[in-house]
Amino acid sequence: MAIRRGRGVAAINYPTGMNLGGDPTQALVHSTPTGNFMVTLSSVDLGQGMKQIMAQICAETIGVPTDRVIIDTADTDTGPHCMGTFASRGTHRAGNAVIQAAKEARQVMLEVAAEELEVNASDLETDGEGNIKVKGAPQKSISIFDVALSAHFKRGRSISGRGMFLIPRSYPEKETGAMKPSTCYAHACTVAEVEVDDETGEVTVLAVKNVFEIGRALNPKMVEQQLVGGSWMGISHALYETTEPYYPNRDHGGTDFNQYLMPGPGDLAKTEIIVLERPSADGPFGAKGPGEMCANPQIPAVANAVFDAVGVRIDTLPITPERILRALRAQAAS
Amino acid sequence: MAKVPVQFTLNGSEKAEFVESGTTLLHALRDKIGDTSPKGGCHQGTCGACSVIVDGELRLSCLTLAETCSDADIRTTAGLAEGGVLQPLQRAFLDAFATQCGFCTPGMIMAAKVLLDRTPNPSREDVVEALSGNICRCTGYEPIIQAVLTAARANSQNAA
Amino acid sequence: MELRKDYFADVRKDGLHEIGQPRPRLDSPGHVTGKTAYFADRNFPGMLHLKMVRSPHHHARIRSIDTSEAEKHPGVVRVLTARDVPHNVYTILILIQVGPEDETVLADGKVRWKGEAVVAVLAETERAAQEAAAKVKVDYEVLPAVFDMEGALKPGAPLVNEYHGQNYYHYDSGECRKVRFGDVEAGFARADHILEQSYQSSPIEHAPTETTGCVVTPEGNDRFTCYTNTQAMFFTLDNASIILQMPGSKLHFVGGTVGGGFGGKVDVIVEPIAILSAKLTGRPVSFIYSREEEMQISSPRAAEKVVIKDGVMKDGRIVARKVTGYTDAGAYSRHSPYGAQKGAAHYPGPYTIPNVWIDTYCVYTNRTPSSAMRGFGVTIGDFALEVQMDKLARLIGMDPLEFRFINAYRDGDMKAHRQRTEGAALIECMQEASRAANWPVAEKYMAMSSYRKGA
Repeated sequence: MAIRRGRGVAAINYPTGMNLGGDPTQALVHSTPTGNFMVTLSSVDLGQGMKQIMAQICAETIGVPTDRVIIDTADTDTGPHCMGTFASRGTHRAGNAVIQAAKEARQVMLEVAAEELEVNASDLETDGEGNIKVKGAPQKSISIFDVALSAHFKRGRSISGRGMFLIPRSYPEKETGAMKPSTCYAHACTVAEVEVDDETGEVTVLAVKNVFEIGRALNPKMVEQQLVGGSWMGISHALYETTEPYYPNRDHGGTDFNQYLMPGPGDLAKTEIIVLERPSADGPFGAKGPGEMCANPQIPAVANAVFDAVGVRIDTLPITPERILRALRAQAAS
Repeated sequence: MAKVPVQFTLNGSEKAEFVESGTTLLHALRDKIGDTSPKGGCHQGTCGACSVIVDGELRLSCLTLAETCSDADIRTTAGLAEGGVLQPLQRAFLDAFATQCGFCTPGMIMAAKVLLDRTPNPSREDVVEALSGNICRCTGYEPIIQAVLTAARANSQNAA
Repeated sequence: MELRKDYFADVRKDGLHEIGQPRPRLDSPGHVTGKTAYFADRNFPGMLHLKMVRSPHHHARIRSIDTSEAEKHPGVVRVLTARDVPHNVYTILILIQVGPEDETVLADGKVRWKGEAVVAVLAETERAAQEAAAKVKVDYEVLPAVFDMEGALKPGAPLVNEYHGQNYYHYDSGECRKVRFGDVEAGFARADHILEQSYQSSPIEHAPTETTGCVVTPEGNDRFTCYTNTQAMFFTLDNASIILQMPGSKLHFVGGTVGGGFGGKVDVIVEPIAILSAKLTGRPVSFIYSREEEMQISSPRAAEKVVIKDGVMKDGRIVARKVTGYTDAGAYSRHSPYGAQKGAAHYPGPYTIPNVWIDTYCVYTNRTPSSAMRGFGVTIGDFALEVQMDKLARLIGMDPLEFRFINAYRDGDMKAHRQRTEGAALIECMQEASRAANWPVAEKYMAMSSYRKGA
């Protein structure tokens, strides 16, 4: 009887969005009288940071700091349609809608600035700090604060824009299954190191090294949040979680956090995250959806590592001590 | 149903309410007094989202009867920032990106506060132990552990 | 976290002002001060609490329902049964024309899973609602139930859901979603080795710390405001409009700040009955799942069975892959027909294989309906695929990581569902993993690229 070590690898890809159902999201952007920008949506923030990312996307597109953007979302009396937050679609679909709306608003803003500065709008650029300047002559500039005031009180313009992102629905061909299920794919490769106690069947995940390719890390700290949390959930799925431990038997299902098991703060694997960025052709600033795929590769990587450690295959999830012990006994008997 | 009077201080302010006998402190705080910072994640003492501090002790408000808290000094996350200024613990949660959906956060902060009040320089194991009754489904815990350790360092620097 | 900017640097514009910057989250100050308002943080005077009477049987006919004792219970305001629901039989994907309607808001004549909602009790307090719910008498005639997918698909199995007529979802392609690419049998015939393996998972709960729920208040102008933690605002509003036969203009949904979802809050379960309750009583109504309901009543990730048969050459090339996937939908469709179909599009994984045959089935059993969860239609498939890849590598005596390089898809490769690969990066992820994990592979693999000349 001994503690045995093993490691395993898995590589995966994951689709962004749900083309097979139709996938629309809309956004509206308008400026306040003093040049702050309101983004109106009906998208839902589940905790992944939808509001923050939409603010950064709008700010980058208009050319203002993020703290000048306000997100008003998920009120159906004001927000235009969003299909919902699922299928790793939120940042990609809503982000594209916000970009389109913000571009339209930016164009009006530049036109008003052009009138104030008596130049062509195409000669103007934003400095990202709240000012609009003439290209090549930065001393000739106007603040976005003053542009918004002018638009509202002097020139009678609405600095606003409408955005829409729609991937047309793909219908699978009946006989061949030809279809376009997604527009872009995120990627990952995970190496897991485990220890397995061959007396108790208990598995300890010592370390996971996760490499994720996500198109573009729009906010690297928030990407890290999702990837670390997702990696934890993947390990949890691999070893602990189920509502029916003896599926298809319906008995013994957990009804609280004492019975439904997940790793606690004392059970964490050493987690390494490496991010690559290959911008997607149609993502907002190249972003893909990382939220779901980040919890997938740990599961097979852990399963393969368990085999590497003790030489038995557990092909049923979760990989519980009971399943490992039964497999070890069967192996010893044969 | 007979009502019983309860009187306690909440984050330094006196509060008095009549509640049905058997009412939990969580229910009294949220639905009677209007402090919604403790969250009801399970109502059975297994998630820690409802954690509050009663006379210096960490308590699950969903398993604490309001009528047992007469004359108690009750502290919640809503009362932590003084004069609108975040405490180092709250600041550390922000800086460490230790919140995602935020639902577990007030309970985590209460658990961490009791730890730091008693153990100003905790080890990682101390932090893990202190947070072990609080469930988080988003973060994988590591950022929360780091936030508490960072807050402890900030506290000891302020004290020095 | 390490951001490796050296990969794909030629196709990326860095140096933007706001994008790529680790800006602090604007919602975090609310979280750390306990000020963030979740749906349940709204409390209205006179609010009623809804509790469900649920089926104790996996499959049963309802002979009769007697709510008289419950109605007399102190604090009870109203008791609802199926006949109170205007359009009681519904399915959420009807909004994207995926039918048939197959699920009841409140059970009508039959229950098909243990835990199914039968009667809704509205009372002044949660406790009164709970006590009254226990006084509802339902007379059941227990019917044979089927729990495993294999059994459900056998001739003569108990029929789980009459709206489907058989224990699987009928796609336009027949009993399963199909993908056919190349000639899989010819591939097997010329393969050096064949490996057929079966993989299985059990249902998994999203377990968000905030349970599913909503609070509805009548606005006094024939409109109803629903504070909800749904993941999809209009999807839920429009489904509620259908179920309640109420114009969407009467409904106002407010949400967007959710205590974790992971796919568990895309079903439309709590909102329609809570709005109906507010309408029929004229009072605010709260319907919030208990932790036990969240764990056992809310839809889990489906249990899946995946059978993979591969033909592989000694040199490492996979020349044929046949995948049969089964998704355990439980008693009702919810999003499962979509998930099974998404699986068909995902197989055979991120590998270029010339001959592929995929069948994915959505199967009905007498268990809690499953639905979407993080990685919907893909997570369990990836488990099966990647364990299978490990087995194949060992079968032919090859390093598991090198084996994946040989088969990895690259730009321009044709996928089984007949889309050209674009923007691939699997190879680069594996190269970086090789370095980070000190898992060396042959230099030729480290020199590979997802790019192809002219692609």
